[in-house]
Amino acid sequence: MIKRTTKIAMKRAKKKKNPFKFKLGSSKKNQVHLARRHARERRFRVFGFSAIAASMIFLLVFFASIIADGYSAFTQAQLRIVVTFDQSLVEKGNYRKILQNSLKQQFPEAKGRKQRFMLYKLVSKGGVNSLRKLVDNNPQIIGETDQVWLPASSLIDMYVKGKTNNEVDESKRKIKDLQIKWLEELQANNSVRSVFNTAFFTNGDSREPEQAGILGSIMGSIFSIVVCMLISMSIGIGAAVYLEEFAPKNKLTDLIEVNINNLAAVPSIIFGLLALAIYLNFFGMPRSSSLVGGFALAMLVLPTIVIASRNALAAVPPSIRFAATALGATKVQVTLHHTIPYALPGILTGTILGVARALGETAPLLMIGMVAFVADVPTGILDPATSLPTQIYLWADSPELGFVEKTSACIIILLLILGIVNGTAAYIRKKFQYDW
Amino acid sequence: MKNKDIRMQAKGLNVSYGDKQALFDVNLEIAKNKVTALIGPSGCGKSTFLRCLNRMNDVVDSCKIDGIVQLDGFNIYKKKVDVVLLRQKIGMVFQKPNPFPKSIYENVAYGPKIHGLTNSREELDKLVKKSLNRAGLWEEVKDRLEDPGTSLSGGQQQRLCIARAIAVTPEVILMDEPCSALDPIATKIIEELIDDLKKKFTIVIITHSMQQAARVSDYTAFFHLGKIIESGETKQMFSNPRLKRTQDYIAGKFG
Repeated sequence: MIKRTTKIAMKRAKKKKNPFKFKLGSSKKNQVHLARRHARERRFRVFGFSAIAASMIFLLVFFASIIADGYSAFTQAQLRIVVTFDQSLVEKGNYRKILQNSLKQQFPEAKGRKQRFMLYKLVSKGGVNSLRKLVDNNPQIIGETDQVWLPASSLIDMYVKGKTNNEVDESKRKIKDLQIKWLEELQANNSVRSVFNTAFFTNGDSREPEQAGILGSIMGSIFSIVVCMLISMSIGIGAAVYLEEFAPKNKLTDLIEVNINNLAAVPSIIFGLLALAIYLNFFGMPRSSSLVGGFALAMLVLPTIVIASRNALAAVPPSIRFAATALGATKVQVTLHHTIPYALPGILTGTILGVARALGETAPLLMIGMVAFVADVPTGILDPATSLPTQIYLWADSPELGFVEKTSACIIILLLILGIVNGTAAYIRKKFQYDW
Repeated sequence: MKNKDIRMQAKGLNVSYGDKQALFDVNLEIAKNKVTALIGPSGCGKSTFLRCLNRMNDVVDSCKIDGIVQLDGFNIYKKKVDVVLLRQKIGMVFQKPNPFPKSIYENVAYGPKIHGLTNSREELDKLVKKSLNRAGLWEEVKDRLEDPGTSLSGGQQQRLCIARAIAVTPEVILMDEPCSALDPIATKIIEELIDDLKKKFTIVIITHSMQQAARVSDYTAFFHLGKIIESGETKQMFSNPRLKRTQDYIAGKFG
């Protein structure tokens, strides 16, 4: 009895024209066998192609959803308000009052504490700072009345961007009908505009979504990555060179090698706990600082760098070492003049990929407190800081609607940076790697 | 052979890698300014012997060497011998061309640089030119000294390796099948080069080609299973070998 698949294979074999004059594989058994081999090859290709297609689709959906959520965070709604810079209030420094008075003047129908409170909520709390800056830069404005563009509050910003659900009953939503009415009045006067959100790139974290920025977390990430690179590169490459070039091959080095590989598989949270126990509790280093964050990340990427560097060194053919040795170079000269320089592109690629991993790592930083609310942009490695991934973690946890788009925007920035870093690694590998 | 004509000499040399003995009581004299060919089937210990001559076996951890190897009457396995200096005096060329992935100039200049053989850039330039000239490569590469050594053809690479070896002014050059990765034309050039080089250097060459041994060498040693079966003048050995086994190998009956 012939199997069904065999029958199909035979059919296909008949369909195929034989381009050769002579009869190739003339026996039936040969033909069937050949047809099945071709069918297997086709199946294998289809399988591989669909795997690639599936992963591309996942990636596309992922990027599309993040960009769709996040792109709006790069713009910010502004309101044009007629502000009277009252001299006595400026002298007292009470810019809040100036703003409130101006709003009251523009919308006199707001009666009672509750309605006025709603009115004040149109403009961001950061608007007060904008007014102060305006006066500082331009003192002759004192006593005058002028039209000023002020950042809208997150509430209004979300409404303008169409992110709020306005269908539900007024009591169930944050933005009230009265506020919508005022906003529409402003819109009718061309007093609402959308501008590039510079605050997102120049501010630290904030409780107010419209004022929250990523500069603090970017600086925190940079500081901790620099610390991490200094430590992990020097120790990692040193260890790799010793293990690969100098260490005697015995049980002890085997044990070390196995343990380095094990270390690479340790969950990152464990390194966080270790950093907490050693650096914070034992050595008493400053909590939440990029210094400790860098230490924790260095422990994490160290095994990766050691393994990558060892592979790069091992890829330098022994014949090159022999050539230098036979010329009378000492072991150290062989290593410093030849092995390391030729392995350097590979070492750097591995190191950069390790650092890229550290850049996206969250868990160890959670344990050492780099997940705190830090409003000030850190200026040194000892300042409290967050990093980009922990900032994402923090914002994703915030209940305010305004943080949803900030979270996605922060993810976009992180992915961009990671893309650049990985691209650099790929470039170095392609450009400088030796082909032996 | 008269004593003054002997550059290197191995006496009672036993070598083993771990438990496996590779050389058994090898005795061989290597004549000054002559080419000595080592022939024999694969795994017979001729590479091991060659590596004993410039102590390249020191790199192998499991290698144990017992016996005496003399250079100009001085045992190179004595404790106080500096291998760095020894390897400057005894250069080596490998089976596969292995230029450094640096410029042609740097390839040749590297040895003199680490040994501090020259005092100025001009002297170094001269030495590089002289070495490349002697290796018959100067005319081909003089306009592209900054190109990577790996960009040359296989035969040119091997001549670059020879130039690199002679740049440190050695007394002996060891060659481990230098032509096995090359085509016949490149092989011919290298063979002519060897003929020329023996005026200044003592050469020990491993080869699997009987014809090559007959063409280039003055003396031949036939290795088999870790022992020297027969050694002597090439002419005599190829025309009238003393032992049946040597004759069979040379005639290609085994190997």
